Amino acid sequence: MKKTFAVYQKELKHFFYSPIAYIVIAAFVIIAGIFFYLYLSSFVEAAFMDMIRSQQYRTPPQKFNVNLQLIRPFFWNLALISLFVLPLVTMRLFSEEKKSGTVELLYTRPLSSVHIVLGKFFAGVTFYLVMLIPTMIFMLLLFIYGNPEFWPVVSGYLGLLLLGSAFIAGGLFISTLTENQIIAAIGGFGLSLVLWIIGWAANFSGPGMAGILNYLSIINHFEDFAQGVIDTKHVFYYLLFSAFGVYLSLKSIESIKWKS
Amino acid sequence: MIEVKNLTRYYGEKRALHDVSFDVQKGEVLGLLGPNAAGKTTTMRILTCFMTPTSGTARVAGYDIWDQPMEVKNRIGYLPENPPLYSDLRVMEYLDFVAKINNIPKNKRQASIDNAIEKSGLGDVRNQVIGSLSKGFRQRAGLAQALLGDPEILILDEPTVGLDPRQIIEIRELIKKLGGDHTIILSTHILPEVEMTCGRVVIINEGEVVAEDTPGNLTKRLTGSERTIVEVEGKEEDARAAIQSVGEVLSVTKQKASTDNHLKFVIETQTDVRRDLAKTLVEKGMGLYELRAEAYSLEEIFLHLTTKEEAA
Repeated sequence: MKKTFAVYQKELKHFFYSPIAYIVIAAFVIIAGIFFYLYLSSFVEAAFMDMIRSQQYRTPPQKFNVNLQLIRPFFWNLALISLFVLPLVTMRLFSEEKKSGTVELLYTRPLSSVHIVLGKFFAGVTFYLVMLIPTMIFMLLLFIYGNPEFWPVVSGYLGLLLLGSAFIAGGLFISTLTENQIIAAIGGFGLSLVLWIIGWAANFSGPGMAGILNYLSIINHFEDFAQGVIDTKHVFYYLLFSAFGVYLSLKSIESIKWKS
Repeated sequence: MIEVKNLTRYYGEKRALHDVSFDVQKGEVLGLLGPNAAGKTTTMRILTCFMTPTSGTARVAGYDIWDQPMEVKNRIGYLPENPPLYSDLRVMEYLDFVAKINNIPKNKRQASIDNAIEKSGLGDVRNQVIGSLSKGFRQRAGLAQALLGDPEILILDEPTVGLDPRQIIEIRELIKKLGGDHTIILSTHILPEVEMTCGRVVIINEGEVVAEDTPGNLTKRLTGSERTIVEVEGKEEDARAAIQSVGEVLSVTKQKASTDNHLKFVIETQTDVRRDLAKTLVEKGMGLYELRAEAYSLEEIFLHLTTKEEAA
């Protein structure tokens, strides 16, 4: 536990001592901000037009739900941006150690592969959490100027964190396979993207297969979280997915001993 | 302290080590000597449990590398060929990290780090970012890392590479000082280094142990001939005749002398011929300027051992 924490601390230092971290966070927040602005503008415009219409025709105004029409699609977009940005976070987790030869330090110290992999995985998740925090300002604005429901926002963030963990576990595994960070990033992105779109294939396959594909699709499980529903079934999916990624990473780094 | 038994290691089809065995006693400084790609690094990587051998085993401080790798790792300080450094961390942060993963208890950690910094001469750069350090300091940072926690066994892969002459002397002094309390294996392809620091040498070539002895004994055992250097003034024919007359001469090689009218020869003989040679030369009326026995350097023994005997 202490050693896992030592690896975790070291990884966080690597993140925050390098300029890439700030570029990644800035890119994430700026892109999220643009989406937020666009959604907010169209939401406000739609609400405004409806108000005018209701006054002209003397009909009761429609119900506009911030959670459904603004927050929910915004969460979807955060998930999408995460798909693009997280490979940049995970790419160096292992590749850099391989490239610089520091694996030789890690493997010759009394440190088990569990310490190494868990430390790195949780550091990645922590970094993602730090990325998400600035986006909460957007939510805060909604709470100041409107009255959205609170819990769907919480469940949305929980969903993002679980989804992100799954991406990070997958990316970590890809990163153990190569010493080239670019390959690690592209591989991580490719893996995440395939898992993202695999649900589409369900539309064109038989009923048995469709069920499997739908279950595998990493984004299908996100839907409920964005709507404000925390279903243990989906929580379990993401935890299982992350655990599987971590397990593959473990097996991968243990095999290095035999190969190299 | 360390027993290496029949280590064999293949990289795919390529054989890196073949049936390597040797022992290291407690407190001994053992030099692993060999040309590049001889298998030194592979041997060290196996001893430090970075790799597993294809067959064979080793026991380090009584623990088998197969059965109890954690116990083995616990007792070894290891400096790999390329110091494993994180260039974005400061020296202190780096050593702190290594101390934490090294099972050093919290109350001893700072003292252990300070000690390692002092021994490896890193005091002035302890707060610098490793990426900004010169090659010499990076090497020292790698060494400091290996010294953390005062391990019983130190395995140093080419510890003086990339250092300037003054630093090399310092590191060698340090290694000598550490021997005795610590059991040390160091690898190098620089021969004087072995002669200066090691009590015993294992010479590896193409994955096999070709010789194992003290540096002094190796010189004695492997040559079996005496070498004399003589510088005279006179005619070359006369000098050669005089040399041939003193006993069984194996070879005579002419070398460039210090001045033009002198002649310089390197003579290999079975026995020491200096006394007779001096007498003969002087009797023949030749001017004798230099006459001395020259020991074979490890360099030559090494070449002798490692170059394949070809039909010559």
